[in-house]
Amino acid sequence: MNIIVCIKQVPDAKDVRLDPKTNTLAREGVESIMNPFDRHALEEGVRLKETHGGQVTALSMGPPQAESVLREAISCGADQGVLVSDRAFAGADTWATSYTLRKAIEASGEFDLILCGKQAIDGDTAQVGPGLAGQMKLPFVTCVQKIRNLDDGIIQVERMMDDGFDVLELPVPALLTVVKDINDPRVPSLKGKMKAKKATIKILSAADIGAEEQCIGLAGSPTRVVNVFTPAPRGDRKMFTGSLEEQVDQLVDQLRSYL
Amino acid sequence: MLIIDCEKCIGCGVCEAECAFGAISVQDGCAVVDDNCTLCGSCVESCEVEALLIEEGAVQVQADINDWSGIWVFAESRHGKIAEVSYELLGVGRKLANQRGVQLSAVLLGSGVTESAPTLIAAGADKIYLGDDSTLGQYREDIYGNVLEFLIKKEKPEVILAGATAIGRSFIPMVANNLGAGLTADCTGLAIRAEDGMLLQTRPAFGGNIMATIECPHTRPQMATVRPKVMQPLMPDLERQGEVVSLSIPDRLLESQVKVLENVLEEHNQVNIQEIEVLVAGGRGVESEKGFKLVKELADELGGAVAASRAAVDSGWIPYAHQVGQTGKTVCPKLYIACGISGAIQHAVGMQSAETIVAINRDKNAPIFNIASCGIVGDLFEIMPLLTKKIRENKAL
Ligand SMILES: Cc1cc2nc3c(=O)[nH]c(=O)nc-3n(C[C@H](O)[C@H](O)[C@H](O)COP(=O)(O)OP(=O)(O)OC[C@H]3O[C@@H](n4cnc5c(N)ncnc54)[C@H](O)[C@@H]3O)c2cc1C
Ligand SMILES: Cc1cc2nc3c(=O)[nH]c(=O)nc-3n(C[C@H](O)[C@H](O)[C@H](O)COP(=O)(O)OP(=O)(O)OC[C@H]3O[C@@H](n4cnc5c(N)ncnc54)[C@H](O)[C@@H]3O)c2cc1C
Repeated sequence: MNIIVCIKQVPDAKDVRLDPKTNTLAREGVESIMNPFDRHALEEGVRLKETHGGQVTALSMGPPQAESVLREAISCGADQGVLVSDRAFAGADTWATSYTLRKAIEASGEFDLILCGKQAIDGDTAQVGPGLAGQMKLPFVTCVQKIRNLDDGIIQVERMMDDGFDVLELPVPALLTVVKDINDPRVPSLKGKMKAKKATIKILSAADIGAEEQCIGLAGSPTRVVNVFTPAPRGDRKMFTGSLEEQVDQLVDQLRSYL
Repeated sequence: MLIIDCEKCIGCGVCEAECAFGAISVQDGCAVVDDNCTLCGSCVESCEVEALLIEEGAVQVQADINDWSGIWVFAESRHGKIAEVSYELLGVGRKLANQRGVQLSAVLLGSGVTESAPTLIAAGADKIYLGDDSTLGQYREDIYGNVLEFLIKKEKPEVILAGATAIGRSFIPMVANNLGAGLTADCTGLAIRAEDGMLLQTRPAFGGNIMATIECPHTRPQMATVRPKVMQPLMPDLERQGEVVSLSIPDRLLESQVKVLENVLEEHNQVNIQEIEVLVAGGRGVESEKGFKLVKELADELGGAVAASRAAVDSGWIPYAHQVGQTGKTVCPKLYIACGISGAIQHAVGMQSAETIVAINRDKNAPIFNIASCGIVGDLFEIMPLLTKKIRENKAL
């Protein structure tokens, strides 16, 4: 059972805030972390390995600093880390990201399962998992909340839906994206940390994975961000005054359109 | 890549103020870009001395780009019932189609859905592509994707909209990928640019902290998933005429690798808080399961539903399906009343795009007041029953 877990490095949501003076995302004090959903994908991969044997490879596309999330992945049970990193990848949308991850996976050998998080907490699109499955022509299921069974090349999963869940079966190789309900990720062991420290992270460039120039980065992206702005702050905030009863009256007045 | 010409740069800092990501700054009189640059181009436009340039590399414009015409909506249905978001998409789709002077079509896939086709016409569609087949009764990523991709390649619509729901967000990205089309996720705004008819798609990212407008300049179709409860459906017009095209779907497109063993409907999930217009949310300040009765009473009085912070869910006062926030659901109701919720960022990201936010909290410094439209500082155990009572009286008037 060889498993590839796709991991993105993202800014920590608890630090992400608008600088009220400049109305831009504040950078200072913002730590980079492993995308929270990917932590669950990794844990699930490691658990499958523990039951079925095999190897877990953590894969990330990102700047050189993203190496640190791959080391963290190793400390949590991954066997190796692969970072695809090249200035030419900058500006990639989800199409170009999916393409790049596919080329990296193809350059890295055989696998049985690809696990992704449901979505990254910065870009927030949830499109890379299904896009990668499309690139690789793999059967896939999104929003998996439980892997029930894996036997004889068939995997049985629960897919979270808006009104409950579906129980599905599909053949491997396959791709799954996972939600947080799937497991409680472990904290790195001391041994894991030692291993992570010593590990060599494989770093691959665009040329190493044979990526075509017109398919990566901005050039390979069908979408273009043409404007980025911060939502207008709520200028309409109203604090009521008077006795509690008077305040409630004012609030009811305010809510009139919803009654 | 962002190229900075230090010969031209005058170090004025306009770009620095323009960048929403804080990725560019002036150092020693010339702009310097950081690695968190997303190449959005805002700085390039802001630069008065043209010192900035985004080098794109070789971009290929799709050869048949002008052959694509018409606005499409994927009309989602589950267990034979059309999802509300489909009508909302037809509402906004109608506007876009009128502006472009093209047809608005809906793609309806499922089993036993033929009867529903007229409701889509009444909601604004000119044409329905109908795939009514027992195999399509169970949603599966691969067969829905196959059928939609096949149709798109055949009919070449310029725009395709789908709901940003569990279903829409799972198979639409695969279809977009296979078509080499651009796809914008979870849009809250759609408009046609008058000059060139391009679809401008606006969406929140970074947990709602920033908004991005996205276009697909070189490729067709232009695809978007649209957040439920944001667009307005039209008033149904039963007189509206439209055409229903029954699809003959090649068998190979209906061969799925995924087998559905069971659909489990969860009782507490029957109310999907993402689809409700009024939410009353309780947090740790509500103190107990019993306290949530007050929340429920107010919600009932307003015809809404109950939501909660993680602290309340973790305390076991209310099931997880009601949790709003980073690890719960993202909601954007018309009205969100937060009671005894401090407004931690992980909660705020799930609800800050609500139209009106009311905060009830005894701590006047609670961060929830920073994002609230209005609020009362005080004890919720006093305020809530009073509020419920007064609303009841008001409705009786
Ligand atoms: C403001 C803004 C808005 C954007 N909007 C869009 C848009 O609407 N459409 C669009 O196509 N692009 C958009 N992009 C670009 C998009 O953010 C990038 O393509 C990004 O590389 C991947 O998208 P995501 O962060 O949404 O990941 P998601 O698709 O949400 O990620 C899902 C999973 O895929 C895997 N994954 C994602 N990225 C990586 C990676 N780099 N390495 C390894 N695994 C990964 C992880 O397992 C992750 O959990 C936007 C960018 C910005 C800055
Ligand atoms: C990775 C991560 C993910 C998370 N995801 C989520 C998420 O999805 N959703 C979420 O909600 N949280 C999430 N959290 C937790 C979040 O950080 C906060 O801890 C949580 O939102 C706090 O819930 P609360 O506001 O109900 O409780 P508290 O922060 O304890 O606030 C209680 C509030 O009630 C007020 N209060 C108390 N008694 C009364 C009274 N009698 N009358 C009026 N006011 C009163 C207090 O003044 C206080 O402001 C996450 C945290 C992490 C680290």
